[in-house]
Amino acid sequence: MPDTRRLTWRDRLYRFDMRYLPYLMIAPFFLLFAVFGLFPLLFNGVVALRNYELDDPTLPYWAGLDNFTRLAGDEDFWNALYNTFGIFLLSSVPQLLLALVLASLLNRRLRAQTWWRVGVLLPYVTPIVASTMVFSVFFSRDFGLANWLLGPFGGGDAPIDWRADKLHSWIAVATMVNWKWIGYNALLYLAAMQSIPRDVYEAAAIDGAGPWKQLWRITVPMIQPVVVFTVVLSTIGGLQLFTEPMLFDLNAQAATGGPNGEWQTIAQLIYKVGWKDLNLGYAAAMSWALFLIILVIAGINTWLTSRLSGGRT
Amino acid sequence: MGRAPQDTPAGLGTYLLLAVTILFSVFPLYWMFVIATSDDEALAMIPPAVVPGDRFLVNLEEVFSLQDVFFAAGLINSLVVSTVVTASVLFFCSLAGFAFAKLRFKGSGWLMLFVVLTLTVPNQLGIVALYIVMGKLGWNGTLLAVVAPGLVTAFGVFYMRQFIVNSVPDELVESARVDGATTMRIYRSMVLPAIRPALAVLGLLTFVATWNDFQWPLITLSGTDFPTSMVAISDLASGNYVIYRRVLAGAFVATIPLLVMLFVGGRQIVRGIMEGAVKS
Repeated sequence: MPDTRRLTWRDRLYRFDMRYLPYLMIAPFFLLFAVFGLFPLLFNGVVALRNYELDDPTLPYWAGLDNFTRLAGDEDFWNALYNTFGIFLLSSVPQLLLALVLASLLNRRLRAQTWWRVGVLLPYVTPIVASTMVFSVFFSRDFGLANWLLGPFGGGDAPIDWRADKLHSWIAVATMVNWKWIGYNALLYLAAMQSIPRDVYEAAAIDGAGPWKQLWRITVPMIQPVVVFTVVLSTIGGLQLFTEPMLFDLNAQAATGGPNGEWQTIAQLIYKVGWKDLNLGYAAAMSWALFLIILVIAGINTWLTSRLSGGRT
Repeated sequence: MGRAPQDTPAGLGTYLLLAVTILFSVFPLYWMFVIATSDDEALAMIPPAVVPGDRFLVNLEEVFSLQDVFFAAGLINSLVVSTVVTASVLFFCSLAGFAFAKLRFKGSGWLMLFVVLTLTVPNQLGIVALYIVMGKLGWNGTLLAVVAPGLVTAFGVFYMRQFIVNSVPDELVESARVDGATTMRIYRSMVLPAIRPALAVLGLLTFVATWNDFQWPLITLSGTDFPTSMVAISDLASGNYVIYRRVLAGAFVATIPLLVMLFVGGRQIVRGIMEGAVKS
């Protein structure tokens, strides 16, 4: 009976197709995430408890909590943490505020609408490596455009050495971050703004609210979920800042973030400890500490943002 | 008076402010080109040079002929890595997105939630262990180490699922089944044609992100003869005396493909970012 045999074969194929194929289709993501995402993150915790010095394999296998206790007393770590937060504040706050203003400009009825939107994305597609090199020249002490432009306003006698102290180097690095992300965030805000019902504005206008008041009283509260989203996004990004501080350094390969670590960030310090000092175990401890810090900050941020913008989540 | 902002014709002030914004966006790129086309003196002048010079080809030739930077290899590698990653992301993410959107299987809801949750895990924080894993696999220093972690992304799966839910009608899938079409057949002849716009968006975003990636390629590829273009630029910029006209000539060349993409696919990129925002 060849017919039934063919049927069972087709049955089996059908059953495979309906029951198992879906799992096969989603498997690549889960496999890849397990191997290159989740496992490294967890394994990082194990490495952090070990001596893993590439240049000294004779050390005892386990280090216990040594790496973490060393972290607590490590001035470089606290300095880098301080810098990271400083740069983060100088970048995320103006970035999101300016993005909001830009979005409200883009939200008007514009000629050549698409081209304005594409235009503000120019920084987003520019490689950070490339733009950082430009800004690096822009912020040079003797012949930099920044100092030349500031000339008429500043004291005038001494040019600003953007790489000499914390505040100036932070401003320079934050400028690069802001330049890159304002347009992108503006588009996120714009998307949310366009789904706000129009009659809300009509009612507000009748009550005599001008454009500025409308932005802060209506638009911002109504796009609050996206605001929270961008705050979380820029927190995660800001605390992992790497490329800009790396390449702003005139001696980038040293990964010190300035002669005295003026603008060395945590991500940069992890790179230095792991791949310049070859102490992977200690670097792993640092990245685990950073992971915990990000979790805490993201939590606080979400809570704070929802409180500040009306308490609706 | 009583109109919503999106119905109010923009005034002169709006256009002026937008024009200033665009100027700020363009200026670093323009200045990159200025320095890339200048000689050394142009960088040591007050006021600084703001007009392009005529030495672009000279500077470029220097960049490509440097013995220890491998810039040409970097460009080729970036092209290979970005193309492979983009093609793979499009294939695997559309498959998984299709499964999550239209196929019924046990646990699909939970598994999708898991995918979304992984979006919040900063992979970069496992970077030390990732390096060790790649070392065990023997992949450090090879393009495999750069390509493998990006072959399929949570964002891509999520994005594809959202799009397929809306653009492929359930009835169509059902009737194809009744006609005896297999799942892969449905994927090929119904899903793929319907999601072309989403493929374009995800492809552009993935290509840009992969091309621009720096930290992980730096860690795994630096010191090799086969860096990506971003690592090669950072090699150009290291050493005691950095020659910026070279660095920026290289940087400019490595930026051109992305500018072309923005010019060609700008509308799609904008839409992709805006749609991603509303749905998340």
